[in-house]
Amino acid sequence: MSMQKPPADAPRLIRRITPVIEPGHTYASVTDKIASIVLTRPTSKGWLAGFAFCFAIVMLLLVAVTYLFAKGVGIWGINIPIGWGFAIVNFVWWIGIGHAGTLISAILFLLNQKWRTSINRFAEAMTLFAVACAGMFPLLHAGRPWYAYWMFPYPSTMGIWPQFRSPLIWDVFAVSTYGTVSLIFWFVGLIPDLATLRDNALQRPARIIYGMLAMGWRNSGRHWHRYQSSYLLLAGLATPLVLSVHTVVSFDFAIAIVPGWHTTIFPPYFVAGAIYSGFAMVLTIAIPLRKAYQLEDFITMRHLENMAKVMLATGWIVAYGYFFEFFMSQYSGNKFDVYLDQMRHHGPYAPFYFALILCNILSPQLLWIRKVRTSVPALFILSLVINTGMWLERFVIVVISLTRDFVPSAWGRYSATFWDYATLLGSLGLFTALLFLFVRGLPAISIAEMRELVAHGPEAEE
Amino acid sequence: MSAELPIHLHGVVGEFETPEQLLEAVRKVRDAGYKKFDAFSPFPLEGLSEALGVGFWDNLVPQITLLGGLVGGLGGFFFQWWANVVSYPQNIAGRPLNSWPAFIPVTFEMTVLFASIFSVLGMLALNKLPQPHHALFNSERFFKHASNDRFFVCIEAKDPKFSLAESMQFLQKLQAQHVTEVYDE
Repeated sequence: MSMQKPPADAPRLIRRITPVIEPGHTYASVTDKIASIVLTRPTSKGWLAGFAFCFAIVMLLLVAVTYLFAKGVGIWGINIPIGWGFAIVNFVWWIGIGHAGTLISAILFLLNQKWRTSINRFAEAMTLFAVACAGMFPLLHAGRPWYAYWMFPYPSTMGIWPQFRSPLIWDVFAVSTYGTVSLIFWFVGLIPDLATLRDNALQRPARIIYGMLAMGWRNSGRHWHRYQSSYLLLAGLATPLVLSVHTVVSFDFAIAIVPGWHTTIFPPYFVAGAIYSGFAMVLTIAIPLRKAYQLEDFITMRHLENMAKVMLATGWIVAYGYFFEFFMSQYSGNKFDVYLDQMRHHGPYAPFYFALILCNILSPQLLWIRKVRTSVPALFILSLVINTGMWLERFVIVVISLTRDFVPSAWGRYSATFWDYATLLGSLGLFTALLFLFVRGLPAISIAEMRELVAHGPEAEE
Repeated sequence: MSAELPIHLHGVVGEFETPEQLLEAVRKVRDAGYKKFDAFSPFPLEGLSEALGVGFWDNLVPQITLLGGLVGGLGGFFFQWWANVVSYPQNIAGRPLNSWPAFIPVTFEMTVLFASIFSVLGMLALNKLPQPHHALFNSERFFKHASNDRFFVCIEAKDPKFSLAESMQFLQKLQAQHVTEVYDE
């Protein structure tokens, strides 16, 4: 059944599109190929070198954070009036990157898109690690991070409660809920695969660890029934959640009255930008991953091309957002808003603005060309360009607005210090180091769902 | 249940190669009047729930999820109301104490959080997981193949209709391979 070929007289055009799994795979071959990465393959030199490099960058983060805790946020480039520097830029950027993971795992699941199957697992892992990196920045930014728990409502001896009318408190709830639900969703998806690893593990310690994590899952039909219903509900819950998270993050800006922040277009365009940068990051990870572990059969050109199309579409939503931001401030006639636009185009940070337009709007237009969409190196470079562009977008939003407030006496300049860059680089190191560990210790592709694809055959899609 | 059943007998297990064979066999086991039986598939199999005859009361996960959502939503909203109106009222820019629209984002997040947690814990509890050991793991073939590439049917000894010889024969008649008894000890 699993090796079924299409009947000889089947019309040839059925196979015109690249399949989501290459033909010829059986249940056992799928299990083998994915589980062997974790269980039997020797740890490669490339993995060790890559992990060591990222781990060294994590140590840089450790130094930067330790120095920050010792000296305070004064070591950063922030000042008055620019109180939100790299920390908030990085926070918004990281949390946005996470969004594609949930989108792939939840929204594409609800829409029954079969091509999500081989990318959802590591995209979800990417979400978790991105949220971890994001969550770190508000804490570091808090100045006295040891009081960060004050943001949570707990019965304190001081008899006070958080102020729930503040977007910053909404943010605490949105991000912590997002982190928790992403973790639950990811773990539930992992349970059947952990059972597979338990049953195939060669060494006793691995069997015990995977066995404890699998919680005794035994693939019972009655269990699957409840499992699927829970998974579907989680997908249904995660869908509005992911839209709400970046909406709430955009409220941090939109609720304030600062020129360039106080706009109603922020929520939808933040969400679109989040998905845009997230898909770029999924590509940045998927391309080396499929190469390193020969997963081209599972992460096919079809996946890469589909992700490129999603980037093109969300890129246009983001472009629409930029245009209307500009148009509305001109049309409003509000002199502060008009002036802020002038500052974006001609002010001291104009190079950042134009680099942002180049990275986020102009260069992705190459994706209209099929040859670019199906070229692995081109996609990899574009994914890096887009992520740079999305970081610049947050920089433009945060910094330019704060340097040009309402009165000239409140104007200022901002430039990042070594420690700002060290923390940003360190968070990238943390993210990649976690990904390295994930790829080594857990199945990067959902084995159970790949078996489903085998059962339906490579032709059965859409 | 006949008295001469061996002690610690969990049931008999048969193995199938394809999902179609499994579904066919499960239907026949059910038609034969067995109640305590289960099927095992390495991936969620379409039609298996129907073949097993899973009913409304076998899956209360949606209801538990709804309950979680209600607890989180109502609890979240009224907690904020209580904290900011009753326990620690503060005048923020002259807004009313009960400025309920500002409480909606947190209410929403709490709804999703509690619904998700209830859903997963409910699913695990109803499946009686975590359960580190199960009799079926004593079967070498089950352990090696149930989570990989084979489909299994197990008729449990608890079933009133169970008889070691007859149930094994019945599975063999369904063309199950490697039909064996499984012991729990």
